[in-house]
Amino acid sequence: MDFQVVVLAGGTSKKLVPLVSKEVPKALLPVANRPVLSYVLELLELSNLKDLIVVVEGEDAALSVGGWISGAYADRLHVEVAAVPEDVGTAGALRAISHHLTANDILVVSGDIVSDVPPGAVAAAHRRHDAVVTAMLCSAPVSGPSESGSSSGKDKSKKYGRYNIIGLDPTKQFLLYIATGGELEKDVRIQKSILRAVGQMEIQSDLMDAHLYAFKRSVLQEVLDQKETFQSLKQDVLPYLVRSQLVSLMRFLHDSSQVLSQTLANASTPSFHQQYSAPVRRTHKCCVYIANNRNYCARLNSIQAFSDINRDVIGEARNLSGYSFSAQNNIIHPSAELGSKTTVGPHCMLGEGSQMGDKCSVKRSVIGRHCRIGSNVKVVNSVVMNHVTIGDGCSIQGSVICSNVQLQERVVLKDCQVGAGCVVNANTESKGEAFYRKEK
Amino acid sequence: MSGLWGIGSNPDFSDSGCPNRLKKKKKRRRRKKKKKKQQQKASMGAQKKGASRVAEEPEELARVPLQAILLADSFTTKFRPITLERPKVLLPLVNVPMINYTLAWLESAGVEEVYVFCCAHSKQVIDYLENSEWFSQPNFSVIMIESHNSVSAGDALRLIYERNVIHGDFVLISGDTVSNMSLTQALQEHKERKKKDSNAVMTMVIKRSKPSQVTLQSRLGTDELFMAIDPNTKQLLYYEDKADHSKGSIYLDKLLLIDNASISLQNDKQDCYIDICSPEVLSLFTDNFDYQHLRRHFVKGLLVDDIMGYKIFTHEIQSSYAARIDNFRSYDTISKDIIQRWTYPLVPDVRFFGNSSVKLERQGMYRASEIGLSRSAQIGPFTVIGNGTKIGNNTTISNSVIGEGCNIGSNVSIEGSYIWNNVTISDGCKLRHAIVCDGVIAKAGAVLEPGVVLSFKVAVGQQFVVPSYSMVSLLQQPTKQDSDEELEYADNSSGIAEIPSIADAVDISNGEMTLQLSESQCWPISQLGAGGAGYIWSICEGGHDEEWRHSVAPIPAEKLAEAANAADNDLELTQDVSALPPSGELKPDSNDSDYDDNEDARDELIYFEKEVEATFLRAVHENIEVDHVILEVNSLRLSYNKLASDCAGAIFYALMKLALETPHNSSKELLKIATDVISQWKKLLKYYLADIDEEMEVILRFEEMCLESAKEFSAIFTEILFHLYEEDVIQEDAILRWDDEKKDADESDKVYVKKAEKFIKWLKEALEEEED
Repeated sequence: MDFQVVVLAGGTSKKLVPLVSKEVPKALLPVANRPVLSYVLELLELSNLKDLIVVVEGEDAALSVGGWISGAYADRLHVEVAAVPEDVGTAGALRAISHHLTANDILVVSGDIVSDVPPGAVAAAHRRHDAVVTAMLCSAPVSGPSESGSSSGKDKSKKYGRYNIIGLDPTKQFLLYIATGGELEKDVRIQKSILRAVGQMEIQSDLMDAHLYAFKRSVLQEVLDQKETFQSLKQDVLPYLVRSQLVSLMRFLHDSSQVLSQTLANASTPSFHQQYSAPVRRTHKCCVYIANNRNYCARLNSIQAFSDINRDVIGEARNLSGYSFSAQNNIIHPSAELGSKTTVGPHCMLGEGSQMGDKCSVKRSVIGRHCRIGSNVKVVNSVVMNHVTIGDGCSIQGSVICSNVQLQERVVLKDCQVGAGCVVNANTESKGEAFYRKEK
Repeated sequence: MSGLWGIGSNPDFSDSGCPNRLKKKKKRRRRKKKKKKQQQKASMGAQKKGASRVAEEPEELARVPLQAILLADSFTTKFRPITLERPKVLLPLVNVPMINYTLAWLESAGVEEVYVFCCAHSKQVIDYLENSEWFSQPNFSVIMIESHNSVSAGDALRLIYERNVIHGDFVLISGDTVSNMSLTQALQEHKERKKKDSNAVMTMVIKRSKPSQVTLQSRLGTDELFMAIDPNTKQLLYYEDKADHSKGSIYLDKLLLIDNASISLQNDKQDCYIDICSPEVLSLFTDNFDYQHLRRHFVKGLLVDDIMGYKIFTHEIQSSYAARIDNFRSYDTISKDIIQRWTYPLVPDVRFFGNSSVKLERQGMYRASEIGLSRSAQIGPFTVIGNGTKIGNNTTISNSVIGEGCNIGSNVSIEGSYIWNNVTISDGCKLRHAIVCDGVIAKAGAVLEPGVVLSFKVAVGQQFVVPSYSMVSLLQQPTKQDSDEELEYADNSSGIAEIPSIADAVDISNGEMTLQLSESQCWPISQLGAGGAGYIWSICEGGHDEEWRHSVAPIPAEKLAEAANAADNDLELTQDVSALPPSGELKPDSNDSDYDDNEDARDELIYFEKEVEATFLRAVHENIEVDHVILEVNSLRLSYNKLASDCAGAIFYALMKLALETPHNSSKELLKIATDVISQWKKLLKYYLADIDEEMEVILRFEEMCLESAKEFSAIFTEILFHLYEEDVIQEDAILRWDDEKKDADESDKVYVKKAEKFIKWLKEALEEEED
């Protein structure tokens, strides 16, 4: 397939502070003890898409991502790592590497997707329709905000599950309308001209743009060149293409009003692209690939998502993790050591060389490599990264503990994030806080 | 059972002030029902079939005969001038009065009782039906309801509610509908929904039909329709039929999307105007006495008002036919559909009520048995020729309907026309896409251009060319112009109100009376040529300046091109709007996008203010009493859905503008004029200043004027403010609050507060003194 893949791996996202740092950019955050980027790379590899450009924001982050990739995938994938300045946006990042793009079609993937939807299927749909852009849509996570009800306020539950408002043609192949971000808060405004052109439009709010797009290179480069203000693929480029497809369509319609007058009496019309675009190819198509409901698809773009995805990957979406589960539905590395009366529940993971003291209990949590955990420690619904030391009698609930953290005795954390290298003093009790290491 | 009637569940009734009456009614109904039950029980023994059906459906509904309300009046003026003399439902459609199609369908669909509501020309309708075979049908009763003062479908339904004749679900249809659909499925869906949710009061029948993207109208000539439907439940969520072409977008309430994960927005459907209604619909019309139009008021009212929670559902028919004759174009389209047998079994060669036997020949040609057809005449495809019609030599006819007893001469060419009964067309006439009513005489060589409508007994002079889209009638065009859509209701679709003498005469004699309109009478010769009779109505009748849209004639190419251009320009505009701001400007708090959103509302406000101003100026020039002005402004306020403060602002603006436009030399003179104007009209202004908020609005408005449109006032701002205070138009509270609110404003906004500083200070002191 003549596809070039661009993986937008982001940089050190502000939303994920304190989990990310210069050493650990977003792409390298562990999901079930593997960098999140590896999920995308392996997914692409499965679809035989091996020619990749990984775009990272910031030189430092690029270095660390590049280092990791060359170590892990040197012989399997052909990967180039490109660094772009920070805060250029997704469109900006593509613009910066535009001159590297040579293939006919470009697959743009966000580096933070954890999914099992084959990108090859998106690429195939793109080719089949000869589309200008094909966006992958997946069903919006229903469980998301509602399950974490304790941390999110009431106003969040109101917007529950609404990420995009998407208008599709009745065959659910063409993208006719998309509202993102701030537009969601307003009434849906749909141009009548669009509706006239298609006749029928399905408006759905239970679908989400999964940040996996296939673009026609020539059009993508043209748009990026001409619209210099466009920053985001999702909010600028995609809506622009969606709107302009119909504008060019309408133009064409009017050129052939003579033809139309003859068909005026014809009640039914086939799919609008078939009828109107066939003779003159002046319009372009925006298509969608709707992922199957059974597939998993999530983006690691918030701390909440980080916890959710970690839980899902060793839980319901375990086929993604690539590990084999034990009879107890958990993964305990053979080299891990457990003290007496320590229990590790189902949907848990214990990394290589970690040690746990006596009478500990771990439920629905991921614990990284080489952690030292004392006695009487409770870890529930949490992610503990590598090289973490946890003192006796700690209780950790719904929290994220980054690498090299030291928790002294009897620390009680609930819904907290502890940044890399922090030391939390003994007997600290906190709820919903974030701990940072002070930069010297 | 009370839920069934929707009375007990209806919260509005407590306010309506007539609960007793209604209760009585309910009781009466119950009694009636009991009676019916007993009757049915008695008959049930004999009929096994009936018994088993009842066993299946425990609902009492099953035992109520299926009823229908047929509105034999469209309450519009679209078929004028023909409908001045004959009601629309009796106009022949492929040689059969329209109402027969509707009744035949109702009968075949299993309806047992039809209430025919007659209003315009009610006598003609009743006479017709009483002499028809409909009255002698077993299992199908036709009952007349006559009214003389109903002006809308809403009035009709209210009247029927008062008669208390509808006991269960009923079919609501107008007498100009042609259909062959089966009601069974739609009815069953309706009943099942009703069982689950008592708020599901109506099921609308829709059919797929894509409107043209150029002319924005369907093939029936009706305006394009936008609907939002829940794809799973088929609930109707949004309905927009009177497409205002200036608005390029549809706004769906965001709440809709929260409630429904997916919505299907449809532009390719056509409303068949066949509704299956629950009895609540009638009571809803009674509760909401301002509902007139079935769609514009009732459907939209239910959709917008979510307090009552009534729901409307849709039923889409796939292969069967249903369409309503709304205008001349649909008359043309539906006639062709009938000839081409889409409406089977309601086609000319199948005997149903009111048609005479005709035989189908090749190429869709229907010929009655007794016609005098010259050998050299060429009868083209898709043509119907009625009984007793004579056609001369070398005449060509195609795609047309010719009625009974017509006399068509030689060398006549008729194309796409509808010629009713007893029409005489002399040699050498040319008719293209015209409607020619009973008794018309076209003299030799007359030419009817596309789109002409000749009403009853019109005569066209020799060699006369009737221009395109002319409406010709023996009756003069009513002088009262109903350019306003709303007025359609005000003047009934009959001509009774306007021209009583002639219309009544016609009415009484059932159209038989010859109006003694021979050549001896001096018709204005210029109108229809030598020997012609009739008035050509001026085209702007009823605001149909785009007469080609609704005409029988096909849309001419240049109009299509024009419309396409207009649509194109429209598109350019929308494209500009749609040009996407870069992500930085997409923030919800951005002023730009806010402006976009409010644009429509703002436009509306501007129109509103203009209208108020015009009203006020008229009042000034014509010395209209204040009370009347208030009435007019109130009606404006209601129609634009504005607040009292908007009225206050608008009136104040008008006052000040009047003062400003009165010639003056200095600001002192202006002050004098302004204070005079205020003193004179303070009653009007005061009427809308019920509250401090409205007074604030006036002050803010004044300030805005001084800053923008009427800078001359800025010098005398304080004086006028003082005068307003003196005249008791504005209370000190409002002024003080204005001062208060401006405290935190920008310096530039405070200019006028500063100007009025002294005055405010004085007010404050006075207030304090009072308190002391």
